[in-house]
Amino acid sequence: MKNYDLVVIGGGSAGLAAAVSAFETGVKDILILERDKELGGILQQCIHNGFGVHTFKEELSGPAFAERFIDLVRQKHIVYKLNSMVIHLNKDKILEYVNPEDGYVQVKAGAIILAMGCRERTRGAIAVPGYRPSGVWSAGTAQRYLNMEGYMVGKKIFILGSGDIGLIMARRLTLEGAVVKGVAEIMPYSNGLPRNVKQCLEDFDIPLYLSHTIAKIDGLDRVNGVTICQVDDKFQPIPNTEKTFDVDTVLFSIGLIPENALSEEAELAMDPVTRGPRVDESYQTSLDGVFACGNVLHVHDLVDFVANEGSKAGISAARYVQNQLTSSDGFKTEAKTGIGYIVPQVIHPDNVKNTIELLFRVKKQYRNVNLVIKKDGEVFRSIKKKHLAPAEMEKIILKNTDILDVHHILSIEVMEEVA
Amino acid sequence: MYDILIIGAGINGGLLAHTLSKYDLKVAVLEKDNDVANEATAANSAIIHSGHDPKTGTLKAKLNVRGNVLWEGLCQELKVDFERNGAFVVAVDSSELDSLHELYEQALSRDVPARLISREEALALEPNLSDQVIEVLDLPSTGIVSPWEVTIAAMEDAVNNGVELFLNNKVIKIDKKDGYFDVTTPHGVYQSRFIINAAGVYSDEIYRLVSDHVDYQITPRRGEYYVLDRAEKPVVSRTIYPLPSKKGKGVLVVPTIHKNILIGPNSDIITDKEGKDNTAEALAYVRREVAKTVKNIPMHTVIRTYVGLRPTHLEYDFVIEEAKDVAQFINLIGVDSPGLASAPAITEFVIETLLKPKLSMHLKNNRVERRPWIILNRMSIEDKQSYFKNDARFGHMICRCELVSEGEIVDVIHRNVGARTVKAVKRRVRAGAGRCQGGFCEPRVVQILARELNIDPTEVLLDADASKILVGKTKETLK
Repeated sequence: MKNYDLVVIGGGSAGLAAAVSAFETGVKDILILERDKELGGILQQCIHNGFGVHTFKEELSGPAFAERFIDLVRQKHIVYKLNSMVIHLNKDKILEYVNPEDGYVQVKAGAIILAMGCRERTRGAIAVPGYRPSGVWSAGTAQRYLNMEGYMVGKKIFILGSGDIGLIMARRLTLEGAVVKGVAEIMPYSNGLPRNVKQCLEDFDIPLYLSHTIAKIDGLDRVNGVTICQVDDKFQPIPNTEKTFDVDTVLFSIGLIPENALSEEAELAMDPVTRGPRVDESYQTSLDGVFACGNVLHVHDLVDFVANEGSKAGISAARYVQNQLTSSDGFKTEAKTGIGYIVPQVIHPDNVKNTIELLFRVKKQYRNVNLVIKKDGEVFRSIKKKHLAPAEMEKIILKNTDILDVHHILSIEVMEEVA
Repeated sequence: MYDILIIGAGINGGLLAHTLSKYDLKVAVLEKDNDVANEATAANSAIIHSGHDPKTGTLKAKLNVRGNVLWEGLCQELKVDFERNGAFVVAVDSSELDSLHELYEQALSRDVPARLISREEALALEPNLSDQVIEVLDLPSTGIVSPWEVTIAAMEDAVNNGVELFLNNKVIKIDKKDGYFDVTTPHGVYQSRFIINAAGVYSDEIYRLVSDHVDYQITPRRGEYYVLDRAEKPVVSRTIYPLPSKKGKGVLVVPTIHKNILIGPNSDIITDKEGKDNTAEALAYVRREVAKTVKNIPMHTVIRTYVGLRPTHLEYDFVIEEAKDVAQFINLIGVDSPGLASAPAITEFVIETLLKPKLSMHLKNNRVERRPWIILNRMSIEDKQSYFKNDARFGHMICRCELVSEGEIVDVIHRNVGARTVKAVKRRVRAGAGRCQGGFCEPRVVQILARELNIDPTEVLLDADASKILVGKTKETLK
């Protein structure tokens, strides 16, 4: 069985950034396993621009952003294998991959970085009533057909969900000659970036139906219509608010789910909210030497943040290989009132060099509130916030000196102003 | 001239074809759709009931009990999965105890293995039974199968052994001649001495093509289901039934042969035989009802919903007989639950009781055995590697959720009952049946189908003939 110091599962933005930073930290014996026919992951089908504003201070297309990292991987001669799907992972850090060149191969890794990204929530997951004809896809699958395979999925489109992929696809399909009849969003606000609502819907006069969902998909063989309805504040349909559209295609952009089949097989401790592994400050999971970063850990808003997290996980994994990570006692982070989750879930202060980033999402929209950080139940800091929304990941940076006296729990909560 | 023409390639048409292929007969199957196992066979609870439930003295009771005995050997012969995972009928209210005890007595009277167990004993075996469960009827002979896999395998075996299968052949006319029938479809006229009407939800209409005196009428009962993702430790390992009611067996929790969980069905009488749409009301009802019997169901792992139409007619019992007014025309009408569990016994009954007295038939020698599906995911790494060394396509992973390679997909496209559509591929090898529901593999499966069938990708179908997936190349819409 072949051995590698570090195996990176997934050659998308997280995996590539992780491999590059691990290499720069001194670990050279690296293998990247990518299941698609080229490196870059989902970026390769994101041909619109807007990537890299934070990382490169310029607006790149998805493939151009990916190319920056692919170039670094090639310059450093980091070994990668394409069309290579990892199909098993066990607790001894032995993994099995398969590709059309080598067949089924087991390798043993000194350390592993999980960077498998995420998958789209499907129509089936939310049990949308109606028929099950052709012409129903998650937005990303339609995007692949269009941008990578070169085929049109339909001519008259309706989209459920105002996530960024749905918004981007509304514009993309319009530019390609299709008619996008509307986008429905069950929440009273859009789940996409404000710039995408403006540039992808408003600029093309595509209506956005907030507080609406799909009541029924019609068409026994191919979609021939969709009916939407308004929902109340408990997301229940309001009678007599139905609107029907003549469409041949319905796309779903209703959320992303970290792709953790391998993590589950290796029995990593999982966070039920993020649906990713629980990690510590070094992005190390509950299994010694296995790290996670990017959308497999928790779904991010921007690829820049994915790559940034990948870089940090790559450094940690390299330090693990070099025996520089300590395994001293740590404390937990806890998402209290109003907070959905916090990454990392565990912090070992000894491994925090200078600062530690706490990434989290709130459960609902808030205005003019305080984010309160507590150490073992005692208020440590309170931060005023004008606006908080689940669609926007929040970040708090603490110094290592801030956390030395935490014994058990560092918590974050939303405190609404008392009038 | 055929000896026997079977109309309908569902579970009964498939098993009849398989068994009749053992005899020195000329047999054909006519199917209206572009694949076998496409209607009720593709959408039911997939349970081999023990036979405890049907009313005493009915064909349903007799054939269900017998069918349960026959299933295991049938699956061995066809080289498909069968699992005797057992079932619990749970009483959740003291008012249900009498009915539970009656079911127990009824099971014993039919020699169906059964025992009554306490809540505590049941919980030790199924920890997620609801808090209301007070007593349980354990039915260990209950099993599970994949109904469409069995049907496809049965049809493959039948075709291997001389049966002719004609897909896309909807029967539109039947003329009674002297000792035979002319059966017309859009593609031609087929002559046969005997006809077996196994047309499921359309069996009343097929019978009406040869008779003016048809009292039978199918009014489909629609059942809606949720499918949960595969789990290492499913919420239950046995099928869990509530106490049955007039409308049927109630909302069940059913482990599948592929480690998914099915939850359903409800039971709504409808008139439209193509009314296969999910409704918000029924799905909500299923969710409410199932909470009475099982708790801790991970509803966040739902990957799909589906609808099945039971071919229910006006009477309770199956009608399996030679038509009283048309000799040599055998009807299978009203074969709703426990139709799947009874299917091998229905085939046996049709052949032994209805055909043999009227038709000279002898077993053939030299049967061709069915080659099982290649399922790499169940093999050792050495065995997988040996497939790969013969053909590199076994090393190209197409479905990430169910781990299906290109080689496995190509194999089922080129079999004698070959996959022609994306859904047909899914039924045979499970590409697209997993948690991403084809989001990842569908574009790849479309490419493989186009290449292997030598058609353009825009011609590839999801399912029925009007279900094309792609509408054209990009830029064409702009012209």
